[in-house]
Amino acid sequence: MPGKTYVQTNINGEHVDFLCEPRQSLLECLRDVIGLTGTKEGCNDGNCGACTVEMDGRIVTSCLVLGVEAEGKEITTIEGIADGSTLHPIQQSFLENAALQCGICTPGFIVASKSLLDQNPDPTEHEIRFWLANNLCRCTGYDKIIRAVQDAAVKMQEA
Amino acid sequence: MKWIDYATPHSVREAVDVLSEAGGRARVMAGGTDLLVALRAGVYDIDLVVDGKNIPELNEITYDPTNGLTLGAAVPCYKIYGNQAVATAYPGLIDAASLIGGTQIQGRASLGGNLCNATPSADSIPPMIALNGTANIAGPNGNRQVAIEDFCTGVRQNALGSDEILVSLHLPAPVANSGANYIRFIPRNEMDIAVAGAGVSVVLDNGDIKEARVSLASVAPTPLFVQEAGDAIAGKPANDETVRIASGIARDAARPITDMRGTIEFRQHLCEVLTRRALNTAIERAKENN
Ligand SMILES: Cc1cc2nc3c(=O)[nH]c(=O)nc-3n(C[C@H](O)[C@H](O)[C@H](O)COP(=O)(O)OP(=O)(O)OC[C@H]3O[C@@H](n4cnc5c(N)ncnc54)[C@H](O)[C@@H]3O)c2cc1C
Ligand code: FES
Ligand code: FES
Repeated sequence: MPGKTYVQTNINGEHVDFLCEPRQSLLECLRDVIGLTGTKEGCNDGNCGACTVEMDGRIVTSCLVLGVEAEGKEITTIEGIADGSTLHPIQQSFLENAALQCGICTPGFIVASKSLLDQNPDPTEHEIRFWLANNLCRCTGYDKIIRAVQDAAVKMQEA
Repeated sequence: MKWIDYATPHSVREAVDVLSEAGGRARVMAGGTDLLVALRAGVYDIDLVVDGKNIPELNEITYDPTNGLTLGAAVPCYKIYGNQAVATAYPGLIDAASLIGGTQIQGRASLGGNLCNATPSADSIPPMIALNGTANIAGPNGNRQVAIEDFCTGVRQNALGSDEILVSLHLPAPVANSGANYIRFIPRNEMDIAVAGAGVSVVLDNGDIKEARVSLASVAPTPLFVQEAGDAIAGKPANDETVRIASGIARDAARPITDMRGTIEFRQHLCEVLTRRALNTAIERAKENN
């Protein structure tokens, strides 16, 4: 059995290197190897979006990325969204709009919503719903999440 | 997932060498949205994943109004619909690229992977058949081309040898007065597997159908090319009656099974309805494209 692979990457603006087995997903590497446990595992097969991270500017489900693929990439996880102890407007809006209950889906929704608002600051409700179709929530019924994203969009445009 | 090794060849030649050496115990990975799920489920017994994403030819996306589209086998969906020239020239292909999975899946999933995965429900295969696509394959003895309709040989089986790699897909340049469309039926609005799907293309000539191609998803062990549906309406006026003829032939050509997604009868009905609607849209698009 061959050894582990040495991977150098950039996570939330910082250089990170780690050792992993080639079969390990990026999700596993983030949580179990690097210790960034904000990214959640729901389904481990690409359906629920709880494991969403941004990789080279595009959101992906990290359970369907191999850790070794992170080599040379730029990754943003939920830990990279707030500015120190100041929450990002999307995080603030999720709290104010009660857009979470158990919270397992929340990191994925926030990373995905941020990527939407980064490229489309004023999305329609339809655009928000389709953009977030790869994120499942079993608690909220989605409406509060959609309202939180709309609210964040307004706040971010005012800022 | 059992232990695997990981290789990142930087050229087609190198990839073919690695695949040859592995003697059938390797698979190429593009976006991994099928492969990693399948490996976790124990579908393939392999030792090596060969990442195709560092090979320049697999990332190519070149459109030229004379030579058509060369689409690298690993180009993810979002780069396809994000390419203005491609989106304008091939709306029928974009129909499929923009409905595979959701945003995150489209960040990784490629049409090369959709094709090689060779499921009956693969959404991009019917439109690529309708658009007369070919697969450009490299192996130890050089390159060869296979028509998309001949590429899938069974459920999850394709025409590739274990030492071959799909390099790119080619679509001819759209001619004047041509149009295409792909639609599917799923019980919700997004993120589901086609109960049935129809990909069609037409070329019009003074209000008549000059040429048409019809292909169906999820109603046979492989994506189905219904050549007779297109042939039967060539030369006929582009009207409701003609569209009805082709849709009826598509319905009769479907060989679906009954499963949790739908019964045989429902799927046959869907083939008729989806082919009719897709042909109507393709005809509308052809009228706009002159
Ligand atoms: C949540 C979710 C939703 C999905 N929704 C849809 C959907 O709506 N419609 C749909 O059609 N599919 C869907 N899929 C399936 C999958 O995303 C698509 O089939 C996708 O296009 C596969 O592309 P990929 O690049 O990820 O392929 P990979 O997973 O990398 O590869 C797929 C297969 O093709 C082989 N392969 C890949 N590239 C090559 C190559 N260059 N040469 C030789 N072999 C190769 C691999 O070995 C593997 O067997 C979904 C999957 C998930 C997880
Ligand atoms: S854990 Fe990755 S999509 Fe569900
Ligand atoms: S808050 Fe519980 S799954 Fe979304």
